[in-house]
Amino acid sequence: MLLIDCPYCGPRAEIEFAYGGEAHIARPAADVSEVEWSAFLYLRDNTKGVLAERWRHSHGCGRFFNALRDTRTDQFHAFYEIGTPRPDMGGAV
Amino acid sequence: MVEIAEGCALAGLPPMVRLVVQGRPAALDAAAASLGLDAPPPMLRVASGVGGSALRLGPFELLILPTLEGRAGLDAALAPVPHSLVEVSDRNVGFLLEGARAADILAGLCPLDFALSSFPVGMVTRTLLDKAGAMIWRTDAHSFHVEVWRSFGPYVEAQMREVAKGISFSLLTV
Ligand SMILES: [Zn+2]
Repeated sequence: MLLIDCPYCGPRAEIEFAYGGEAHIARPAADVSEVEWSAFLYLRDNTKGVLAERWRHSHGCGRFFNALRDTRTDQFHAFYEIGTPRPDMGGAV
Repeated sequence: MVEIAEGCALAGLPPMVRLVVQGRPAALDAAAASLGLDAPPPMLRVASGVGGSALRLGPFELLILPTLEGRAGLDAALAPVPHSLVEVSDRNVGFLLEGARAADILAGLCPLDFALSSFPVGMVTRTLLDKAGAMIWRTDAHSFHVEVWRSFGPYVEAQMREVAKGISFSLLTV
């Protein structure tokens, strides 16, 4: 069980959350090519290491937020609000 | 009230008006003001004014349990600001869980810490009770207002009674 620190509610059990996939993926303009559109829809980095990802506190405040999680260890390094840039971990991770 | 375990009683709450207000801070300020509050309560807290209670379930969301007069003033107060106001009176059923063992019943169904220091009187949150989404509001040290979506009502009540059975069993002296 992961302990996830919602930026609005504080630390809660993983069962209250829904996973939202990789974060910071910008939606392209509607008139891009099909190749670019399919890349937006389907292509992800599959990071081994620290990944910026979305979570939703679906059984709590209901808000989406972002987290930095190491996919090798499941350790969380940061939780931050949607719309704010990925925190710079200063080379620590 | 029905005693479901020694030191714990359960009752269904009567029908009540429930309204969800969602919007930016200006909308939540207007809703709070119309209930007679200085400001909306902070996250996970409840504030009560002459017009009713406001429960801060999300950063941009209030659940409002208004009095009759409070309900009447809300539309006018919100009209000038962009907002969403949805009546959910019939969506939820409420339970009143009371007694020295009430927190133990909830702890049997939910991983939150119900110690008074970490879940004080006046705190409210959505969470899970076993598998059902629920809202828990601590109205007093030994009193909880619990709400679930109506169709989950019988399930959550059965789960609470099941935990109560376990507590009763643990209290047996042989
Ligand atoms: Zn939350």
